[in-house]
Amino acid sequence: MLPLIGLLQRAPWSSLVRQLRADEAFTALRLSIVTSLGALGLSAVFGIPLAWMLARRRFPGRALVRAMVTLPMVLPPVVGGIALLYAFGRNGFAGRVLYDLTGWRLVFTTGGVILAETFVAMPFLIVTAEAAFRSMDRRTEEAAATLGASAAYRFRRVTLPAVAPALAAGAALTWARALGEFGATITFAGNLPGVTQTTPLLAYLDIESGHETTALALSLVLLMVSLLVLVGLRDRWLGSP
Amino acid sequence: MRVIAGLGVTLGDLALDVELDLDDTAVVALVGPNGAGKTTLVRAVAGLVPLERGRLTINETVVEDPAAGIRIPAEGRNLGVVFQEHRLFANLSALENVAFGLRATGTPKASARATAAEWLERMGLPDAVGLRPAQLSGGQAQRVALARALAVEPDVLLLDEPLAAVDAAARADLRHLLKAELRRYPGVRLVVTHDPVEAATLADQLVVLEDGRITQKGPLADVTARPRSPWVASMVGLNLLSGTAADGVITLDSGGVIATASHDRGPTFAAIRPNAVSLHRREPEGSPRNVWAGKAAELYFVGDRARVRVDGPIRLIAEVTPAAVAELQLADGGPVWASVKATDIDTYPI
Repeated sequence: MLPLIGLLQRAPWSSLVRQLRADEAFTALRLSIVTSLGALGLSAVFGIPLAWMLARRRFPGRALVRAMVTLPMVLPPVVGGIALLYAFGRNGFAGRVLYDLTGWRLVFTTGGVILAETFVAMPFLIVTAEAAFRSMDRRTEEAAATLGASAAYRFRRVTLPAVAPALAAGAALTWARALGEFGATITFAGNLPGVTQTTPLLAYLDIESGHETTALALSLVLLMVSLLVLVGLRDRWLGSP
Repeated sequence: MRVIAGLGVTLGDLALDVELDLDDTAVVALVGPNGAGKTTLVRAVAGLVPLERGRLTINETVVEDPAAGIRIPAEGRNLGVVFQEHRLFANLSALENVAFGLRATGTPKASARATAAEWLERMGLPDAVGLRPAQLSGGQAQRVALARALAVEPDVLLLDEPLAAVDAAARADLRHLLKAELRRYPGVRLVVTHDPVEAATLADQLVVLEDGRITQKGPLADVTARPRSPWVASMVGLNLLSGTAADGVITLDSGGVIATASHDRGPTFAAIRPNAVSLHRREPEGSPRNVWAGKAAELYFVGDRARVRVDGPIRLIAEVTPAAVAELQLADGGPVWASVKATDIDTYPI
């Protein structure tokens, strides 16, 4: 509680909007929104099918895959960033292949930010989605099969609606985590204004360089987002619509 | 339409091993004690449980044959299944639930919905169209489930204890509706039930499944008159004895002999209606040749008749009037004589 009080007490309420509309802050906020949504999209595209596989299919090494998938949740983000550097960096094994094939580089690019945020945030979606796929009542899927519904049709019209609330909760957590990502991002993608400088990075830079009011204003925005996500999820968990 | 099923499935303690030939001329009830494998049989035909052995043919198409590596999944079998619990889709309205199968198989939305509305009307639920499953009563939900299964016009209709989860008040109505729909429906019809009344009202043929095997099958009247297993006998309320017949006498497997009016020889079942068993305070004189001293061990009422289990050399259920219960002091569990006329014993070969 005390740090929150400290933040709210020193917040530059009167100049809040002006602070946030300032060029640097606005750019960072916009970049944060773009990259965090990008990370959420990437997490959904890869994470939901993976969660389904983990919940429903038996395959060799499933326990290992599950452990690897949840690792970033407990790994220090800086370590994640360094690992990404060695994999996707200019001389990383995957980075080189990617460059040779497509000419894309990820280090010090917006794409790199999205990758770093995805690395850190995707486990939240996978863990929530896997639990939902595992615990949902599968008897209606059987009923759908006897009615002639193909596997894809069943997934779209029966499975997805059944797990949708859990997926929404997982997505909110994932997005909030991506939005606040700092360690992996600064390690892997650097701190280039307009390209890789997201809101947390700018807030850190501002507090270090004495631009206290901007740092406070940005912190306030991030705090609000976190609170909104929490309140939204709390309603869901308490069962109110 | 026809289903020829050789089903071999092992599931935990259950080893299902049956040969079954169903056509569209009769409603077949699959009956048997709990754990006999009735639900597993239905699930195997529906494609929800894979076969380990055997072969399943629906309308001359081999649907599953593990030895040949053939397995058409549930969605390719054109079945209708009504489950014990309605299994409706919670996020869809009653109308969308009924339209689901048609939509899934490519019917355009408008025509699927029109057909679904007709089905709900026919089930007596025209007002339920927009309701979600959670807003329906148990009986209504099961009607929607029945409409959903019938709407796709399946070749085979499988009903797994369709009335078991419905409360008693709604059950009679639903049974009536089910009977009418089963009569009308032109395909293969199999109803699982553990309730003799349900089997008798809904079906023409009975298949008895016990411990994963079929122990008896045939027209309803034959099975109920001549049970071939203790479970069937108790279901239909008959005393069933087995033994070896020779010269008008059956030597029972459980010890003792009974005299019959039959001259068959060899292994024989003997069925005795409870109301053919007479009870007396003293040893009866005169015609009956089958007389045993016993003890009234258990007393219960079926409608306005009392049934008494008499333990003696041969254990029998006797049906008597409540007046006789008082007169014979049966409630106290005292000594009693039981007699059966030879002509009241129905014998048939094992």
